[in-house]
Amino acid sequence: MTAVTVPDTPTPTPERRRTRRPVRGIGLNVIAVVLGLGIWTLLSRSGIQGLSGPVEVAVRGAELIADGTLPADILASLRRVFTGFALGTALAVPVGFLMGWYGTARGLIEPYVQFFRTIPPLAIIPLAILLMGIGETPKVFVIFLAAFLSSVVATFQGVMDVDKTLINAARVLGASDRVIFLKVVVPASTPFIIVGMRIGLGAAWGTLVAAELIAAQEGLGYRMQQAQLYYDLPTIFVGLISIGVLGLAMDRLLLLAERRLTGWQERR
Amino acid sequence: MNSKKISFQGVSKSFALKDTEFAALSDVSLDIADREFVTVVGPSGCGKSTLMGMAAGLVEPGTGQILIDGRPVAGPGPDRGVIFQQYALFPWLTVRKNVEFGLKLSPISPEERRERAQRAIELVGLTDFADALPKTLSGGMKQRCAIARAYAVNPEVLLMDEPFGALDALTRVQLQDQLLRTWSQERRTVMFITHDVDEAVYLANRVVVMAARPGRIYKVIDVDLPYPRTEEIRLSPEFGRIRNEVWHSVYHQAPAAPVA
Ligand SMILES: Nc1ncnc2c1ncn2[C@@H]1O[C@H](COP(=O)(O)OP(=O)(O)OP(=O)(O)O)[C@@H](O)[C@H]1O
Ligand SMILES: [Mg+2]
Repeated sequence: MTAVTVPDTPTPTPERRRTRRPVRGIGLNVIAVVLGLGIWTLLSRSGIQGLSGPVEVAVRGAELIADGTLPADILASLRRVFTGFALGTALAVPVGFLMGWYGTARGLIEPYVQFFRTIPPLAIIPLAILLMGIGETPKVFVIFLAAFLSSVVATFQGVMDVDKTLINAARVLGASDRVIFLKVVVPASTPFIIVGMRIGLGAAWGTLVAAELIAAQEGLGYRMQQAQLYYDLPTIFVGLISIGVLGLAMDRLLLLAERRLTGWQERR
Repeated sequence: MNSKKISFQGVSKSFALKDTEFAALSDVSLDIADREFVTVVGPSGCGKSTLMGMAAGLVEPGTGQILIDGRPVAGPGPDRGVIFQQYALFPWLTVRKNVEFGLKLSPISPEERRERAQRAIELVGLTDFADALPKTLSGGMKQRCAIARAYAVNPEVLLMDEPFGALDALTRVQLQDQLLRTWSQERRTVMFITHDVDEAVYLANRVVVMAARPGRIYKVIDVDLPYPRTEEIRLSPEFGRIRNEVWHSVYHQAPAAPVA
């Protein structure tokens, strides 16, 4: 016997994708984390030289939170990453637009961008110390540079790749250059800018530890440096995990912004 | 001069290739009268889009000039509506916002803007999808939205580059009839590019047949059939005769250019 159910007429709401994914996705994610912790425990038990297990690390994490070291380190690191990242992308967006929109600006700026992009931020540190001393400035500067360089390229690519027919469509409707820029180029390149910001954020975190090698008094990178001197593996793990969690959280925030701002895109 | 809406005068255009110049258009002269419906057919690459781009003000002519109402074209403007082959909808705007895009640039009140957008949306039958994003529309609906966007600013000239090329036969016929209806009500001047010989004859007062290498006008064929065009006209012997003539000019072009 066959029961035929007539499906409701489909309503044009694109909500379908959102409801299914989390249930299965999160389930798998949890399994992955548990599995990872298990393997980690096994590895530390089976006696890899000095490798500390999850429990040990958790205990150290609790200690570091209790005596205020971890919150202070996180705050210091976050402040640096955030300042460098914010300054970097805030500058990258207008510069990227300038490069994408004006051939002259591109010709003048692009060689520098491409050149500095090939230099690892780590290699800038000695120069930054000599020129800027050992305060906050060189650390923020190096993070700033990393974030700026990676997001400026994405922004400028985005502006370059704006569909020419969209610009023509606006022009034949009577749009001036200013209107075309604000109403066509900016929205059309928003997806690229956000991708650029995510890359920039990755670069900023990636540069943090290196930046905190510069005679820092606190910060996650500094703490890990210290821990290295005293062969204190649990603290190193606490630092690593903190960086990972913070980076992931910030990336998710950007992803959320991306979903909201660029939901109009046709996804293939 | 007064009845010439669009006038191409000795227009040539070549594009620089690696080592040679490619003659996309060579000495094209064509007058399109006010309120005339002209279709343009010709082999791929014969310069149809380039010619229309010049009338739109998006492509500079190499030599010669293009006059609109007797004045040389100086860039694009809202007096000439353009409908592109690739729809060219702003994907981040809803149907309504797309249609309002051009209206926002003209000095009219918000109430009038909304009203005119609404009218254009109703005209193309997209009322139920006014607040949908382009990614949720079918190809035919996208094209109708593009048409509404062009109609909304009420241009005197409509330049349409293979607008129905990607549509299925049924949608295509519906949009053709709709286009003819609005054209006979509002009497704009239309220049309409197509690959489809039937479509070219069905819509036009005159069919311009172009030839390639170099791009040029091969023949201009008058369509002496009354409007409104109907199913009967489509099936009439006279329609068949004109269609054969256009077909023959497009597909059996003499290789050498008939020197103008
Ligand atoms: N910007 C450009 N640079 C170089 N060559 C071009 C450019 N635009 C057009 N052409 C060339 O000019 C010729 C005419 O192009 P056009 O797009 O006007 O042809 P078309 O008749 O519209 O063809 P189709 O029917 O395929 O759309 C083509 O051979 C094309 O390669
Ligand atoms: Mg073309």
